[in-house]
Amino acid sequence: MPWRLWWLPGGLSLLAIVLLTAAPIAALLLQGGGQAGQVLADPYLRHVVWFSFYQAGLSTLLSLGLALPLAQALSRRRFPGRALLLRLFGLSLVLPVILVVFGLVAVHGRQGWSNQLLTQLGLEPVSYLYGLSGILLAHVFFNMPLAARILLQNIEAIPASQWRLASQLGFNSRQLFRWLIWPAVRGSLPGLASLIFMLCFTSFATVMALGGGPKSTTLEVAIYQALRYDFDLPLAGSLALLQLLFCGSFLLLQYALSKPPQYRGDRLSACLRHDAPWWRTRLTDALVMTVALAIFLPPLLAIITAGLNSRLLPALTSARLWSALGQSVTIALGAGLLSVLLTLALLVTSRYLRLHLGRRGLAGTLEASGSVILVLPAVVLSTGLFILLRGVADVFALGPLLVVLVNALMALPYGLRTLQQPMERVARRYDRLCTSLKVGGMHRILLVEWPLLRQPLALALSLAMMLSLGDLSAIALFGSQRLQTLPWLLYQQLGSYQMTDAAATALVLLALNLTLFLLIERVLGGKHAHAE
Amino acid sequence: MLALLLAASAPLAAQTPTLTIYTYSSFASEWGPGPAIETTFEAECGCNLEWVALDDGVSILNRLRLEGENTKADIVLGLDNNLLQAAEGTGLIAAHGLSPEGLTLPGGWSHPYFLPFDYGYFAFIYNADKLANPPASFAELLERPELTLLYQDPRTSTPGQGLLLWVQKLYGDESPQVWQNLAGRTVSVTKGWSEAYGMFLEGEADMVLSYTTSPAYHIEAEQKHQYRAAAFEEGHYMQVEVAGKIKGSSQPELAERFLQFMTSPGFQQHIPAGNWMYPVIDTELPAGFDELVTPSLPLSFSPEQVANQRRQWLRQWLSATTR
Repeated sequence: MPWRLWWLPGGLSLLAIVLLTAAPIAALLLQGGGQAGQVLADPYLRHVVWFSFYQAGLSTLLSLGLALPLAQALSRRRFPGRALLLRLFGLSLVLPVILVVFGLVAVHGRQGWSNQLLTQLGLEPVSYLYGLSGILLAHVFFNMPLAARILLQNIEAIPASQWRLASQLGFNSRQLFRWLIWPAVRGSLPGLASLIFMLCFTSFATVMALGGGPKSTTLEVAIYQALRYDFDLPLAGSLALLQLLFCGSFLLLQYALSKPPQYRGDRLSACLRHDAPWWRTRLTDALVMTVALAIFLPPLLAIITAGLNSRLLPALTSARLWSALGQSVTIALGAGLLSVLLTLALLVTSRYLRLHLGRRGLAGTLEASGSVILVLPAVVLSTGLFILLRGVADVFALGPLLVVLVNALMALPYGLRTLQQPMERVARRYDRLCTSLKVGGMHRILLVEWPLLRQPLALALSLAMMLSLGDLSAIALFGSQRLQTLPWLLYQQLGSYQMTDAAATALVLLALNLTLFLLIERVLGGKHAHAE
Repeated sequence: MLALLLAASAPLAAQTPTLTIYTYSSFASEWGPGPAIETTFEAECGCNLEWVALDDGVSILNRLRLEGENTKADIVLGLDNNLLQAAEGTGLIAAHGLSPEGLTLPGGWSHPYFLPFDYGYFAFIYNADKLANPPASFAELLERPELTLLYQDPRTSTPGQGLLLWVQKLYGDESPQVWQNLAGRTVSVTKGWSEAYGMFLEGEADMVLSYTTSPAYHIEAEQKHQYRAAAFEEGHYMQVEVAGKIKGSSQPELAERFLQFMTSPGFQQHIPAGNWMYPVIDTELPAGFDELVTPSLPLSFSPEQVANQRRQWLRQWLSATTR
């Protein structure tokens, strides 16, 4: 299929991506790149960097330390609600962070469930939510389920024959772990650890809401503060560059450490595990499940039960809430569409490069260019844009547009991952047919591409929208009186302890997210899955 | 007919000018003085007054610095005596050229760029039902590590900055040790006053940094007498809240008119029972003010001292609280 303009969509898309990432970085470099070293001479900033590493390290240890026994317990036990629980574990990844923070405050705050329980038991209420312990709690909430799911997959991938052999040999717990479990999970632990570490290192919303002061500030938050608290552009620039450096190294490390996903097993391990009926494993499993669920479930429940408040109805009718909802949906839709558009453009060209011109390397590079965004934290990107545009335009008037841009870029890697294979499959199957039937242009799009790609497209769109709906970093920088999204509103309501209003906002945000999540689920589990 | 009506009303709508005022959130909120002041001023100016609510006092200044010449503000309201130099230094504020009469604030007022609209004294507020014996001095507060605190970030809020200066005034070179002492029992350092005060009312800490006048709100609005300011024998740091007009404002006359209005009874009557601070002209105070602690010794630095040292003191605070 000769197509002279094959380079255009991908070229434009690539140009947009390069411009939107390189220009902010250049702006940061010009602002204070040379001072990144001096920054580390300041005791406070040294503390910030140290604390970023410290809390991320602890978060990773705790998440993995709980996830491994949890995965073991889940592989040993079958119980009603197990499947639902595993699906909920998947949900924790796409829930807006600030929504979870609301749940955590409702459970662990001074007036929360845990203190109500303590008071009823006649004990003194305790305060532990603000500071390191609160941050760790939130990070474990987000990362433990993710890790447990992946480790469970590893354990379930152990061949049945090995379980039978182990049973015949009468392995005890330690031997089972030593010879079966450990070899199965060892491969994914380093990659998982570095992923969790990076997620926690760049954590923004959690630290903003639960940090409780300069003592628990991460680099990501310090960048925001340098800009919006101190108006120190060179400092913001140096810090952002430092952050970029760290994240780049983490990603390289993660790339080096992670292994390709393993063969998915027959999931029979529960029937085969001869250690399941032992009283000691029963005891530890019960204990581990209790701890994990005590961390994971109450905040989720709190988001919903807070909605059953009698004062909720008036809160739900507030004009502020609905205007924030409108702006959230508009921004999410804009970011989602832009993200999908950029992705499609990149992939149309890379597909042509790969299949028609045989330039596999070039095609791969093009596709990878969109994933480079993974290294760029939203705060760094926004800060660069902020500094870049400050001199030439009114940054706050451009706010909505900039938030859309940043959110669209942040979703690119996910869109690429979702659409790359389906698009290539369509081309492989139908290119010859189309050429022989002379179906091209609009006809080809309507007759061939659209019906086949509709579902992955919907998936990519809803994923991008979901990510945008949870965004707090871009909106924190560009948000204003006029520009308020649901997460930003929730953050402010939580900050001023307006818990009824916060409950209403949380409920609406949750409903919006669940709608998108169901869309994803239906697309994933619907016709598409059967067609495979 | 319709066309005529439209033609007549269009320029009319365009003629209603809008005065944009940046202030802090508790001032503009429905329970603050903002709405009442807006109604009073709009009735006499034939204009539309729009509040833009930012987190807290210092964040108004920071927002102004971020926006620079592009700022949409005509007036900034809610900076304080400790930010005068810094705000003037942005070059964005115009001289007001007014000399209001009958100002009753201690020490009088003569600043070319800013005019005062209220004043007060920083203090730690406690709940007498929960804390029977509050500290009687700053020194005693430091000696009782069991007392938990909430205060505001001096980088974003004027009360937080007030505490920074208060500590600096009382302890000078030993301030870092004082900050370290406080860091151990600080529940949270919040971005603004509203956050900290809200958390305090929810019972998150024993004491919160606010004003000696804050209890008047609970007495007047809620008939609650248990919230009190701890009187410190070393004296309390004083705050004068000010407003100024923006040089590049598209509504210079309206802005000047607002500044004149600000020191008149029409504005000032809403201050005591709206912003819960002392008014700057002779105004009748609600009965609740009689129960308040009146500081024997108002403390303050000169604007120059603050301007020269602020950054260094902030760094000291940051280092000490994170050590």
